[in-house]
Amino acid sequence: MQHAELTSGPEQGTESPMRILVIEDDREAASWLVKGLRESGHIVDLAAEGLQGLTMALEGVHDVCIIDRMLPLMDGLTVIQNMRSADLKTPVLILSALSDVDERVKGLRAGGDDYLAKPYAFAELLARVEGLGSRKLLDPKDAKLKALDLEIDLMSRTVTRGGKPIILQPREFKLLEYLVRNAGHIVTRTMLLENVWDYHFDPQTNVIDVHVSRLRGKLDKGFAEPLLQTVRGAGYMIRAR
Amino acid sequence: MPANNSIFQTSTFRLAAIYLLVFAISAAAILGYVYYTTVGLLERQTEDTIHAEILGLADQYRLLGVAGLVDTVQRRSLDAGGAIYLLEGPNRARIAGNLDAMPTGITENQTWIDFPITVGKEPVAVQHTARGFQVELANGYDLLVGRDVNELRQFRDVIREAIFWAVGMSLVVGLGGGYFMSRNFLTRIDAITGATRLIMAGDLSGRMPVSGGNDELDRLSGSLNDMLSQIERLMNGMKEVSSNVAHDLKTPLTRMRARIEDALRQENALEYRTALDQTIEECDKLLRTFNALLSIAQAESGQMRQGLQPLDLFETLRDVVELYEPLADEAGGSLMLEARPGLRVRGDRQLLAQVLNNLIDNAMKYGQTSADKPANIEVIGRVDGQTVIIEMADHGIGINFEDRERVLGRFVRLDESRSKPGNGLGLSLVASVMTLHSGQIQLEDNKPGLRVILRLPLYTEAS
Repeated sequence: MQHAELTSGPEQGTESPMRILVIEDDREAASWLVKGLRESGHIVDLAAEGLQGLTMALEGVHDVCIIDRMLPLMDGLTVIQNMRSADLKTPVLILSALSDVDERVKGLRAGGDDYLAKPYAFAELLARVEGLGSRKLLDPKDAKLKALDLEIDLMSRTVTRGGKPIILQPREFKLLEYLVRNAGHIVTRTMLLENVWDYHFDPQTNVIDVHVSRLRGKLDKGFAEPLLQTVRGAGYMIRAR
Repeated sequence: MPANNSIFQTSTFRLAAIYLLVFAISAAAILGYVYYTTVGLLERQTEDTIHAEILGLADQYRLLGVAGLVDTVQRRSLDAGGAIYLLEGPNRARIAGNLDAMPTGITENQTWIDFPITVGKEPVAVQHTARGFQVELANGYDLLVGRDVNELRQFRDVIREAIFWAVGMSLVVGLGGGYFMSRNFLTRIDAITGATRLIMAGDLSGRMPVSGGNDELDRLSGSLNDMLSQIERLMNGMKEVSSNVAHDLKTPLTRMRARIEDALRQENALEYRTALDQTIEECDKLLRTFNALLSIAQAESGQMRQGLQPLDLFETLRDVVELYEPLADEAGGSLMLEARPGLRVRGDRQLLAQVLNNLIDNAMKYGQTSADKPANIEVIGRVDGQTVIIEMADHGIGINFEDRERVLGRFVRLDESRSKPGNGLGLSLVASVMTLHSGQIQLEDNKPGLRVILRLPLYTEAS
């Protein structure tokens, strides 16, 4: 739960508008969500209950689905299970008021790709949705990841920038890999904590910032152009181009 | 519930009654057998003797005639010793024997008859009962041979009386015992029911009565009491939490409200913005508090116990220390880990990581030797016998002895000025996660500073 300052930082996601399906029964939360996503340049469809949501999702035209855990007519997890058994691979972000680790595991097991507990900061949601939307662009089996003049060799686990090798600790490597996989999109502190450290609790301190600034020091040392940006009130971003 | 109304419905009484019935039947059977083998045998022996004598005398009559029979009867009558003889002629006149007249009541030939006899001479003559057999011999002679069965009858009566009393007494004693047993049982059940009702009415400090005999009822009461203690503890915790939550939430809400009100008065876009920013910050803080409370509640409910997995706490320690090391470094302090793999416990990785996270966070906040000096923190992980021990030590202000228990409670912050960020829930979570893992937390003086010692049961394949 970082500060949700919608207007701060660079415009997110406008470079690649996505079609997003929101299945949420709470009218106020839904309209707020739709408004925010549209303002960020995306096309949004809304369903207020599970059955209608499933029908819309099965059209297969969406880049990302945002599905509330508890829905009338058909439960959110059932919607996802139905989507997956229909061989629909659209990335799904689950929203839930239940924040237990157990609930999260249940959601991911049902076929969800990410899980966000309510209440959340809009910036957090947007970063995750855009992260999910861009996921299919990069094949996780690619041996090499690139962002500007940075290159990561996943096989030999080496990093070079402009041909110059950069020595990283294993955790720093993981951190960089995650940032580069989401290059061009904002990554929040919580996303880093969850995906790089696999911690699903709030450490209440700026531990992540210190790790990122150390990594930045190694990446940008000797280069005029900064690669790793801080997006105020939201998180971090590696520039894609 | 008055005891006498329902005593016959108690299971104890029913059980007692069934046992009593079985006992009475078996006692009657045993005594009946004894009766048959003693009294019955003696009676049969007497009858056999009489019968044999009759046959002997009948033979004599056949061989020696009336004279021979009379002679024998007279001879035997002189030295009778309890034997009774009477020979009558065809005219119903007594010919020989020690009985005056044929007893009345004989209707047919060859029958058994009980009749009274007088023993001894007046004034000490007494009435005895005799049993005899009468036969009609040829030529109209009647012969009666009998025995004085008085002693036998007395013996029979004694035995009968004994049987009657034995069965009767066992019934009375059994019924009475059953009644008292059930009443005793019922009284204790009533006491337990009464205690339950009091507790249901809201007095959680009430306990089930324990008699001290350590019987099954006592053990039941003991378990119920343990359960009640646990419930009472949880309820008190909840009450305390509710009031603390209310208090700790009211403060930021008041602050928030005042700030918004003030901003609205200003009618200035910048003021609005600042107020909204601060409101979001305040909201996030409140949400953090709620999440921490939820985590504690979840750990305390014990529902997660089944989900605990074997893991090496060394890896968790290493990861968390690695996460915090740059931060400690940046501040100019240090975070040292001294541990080796093999700290096997059954646990929840997320919760244990959060515990270590909270402890390191505390140590960094309160472990400074002075305001401008950063904290030096040592973390030690080791195995001692069947226990995994984690120690976390700093050299800061420490915690006074009298506060060490209190500081584990919810919303307790010793820093009255509240200059450092935090919600007073960090150590509460540590304590509840330790309980979930069947572990313990101990706070010690590090001279100077605080040493937190966590103890968790070592996980082995056998356990």
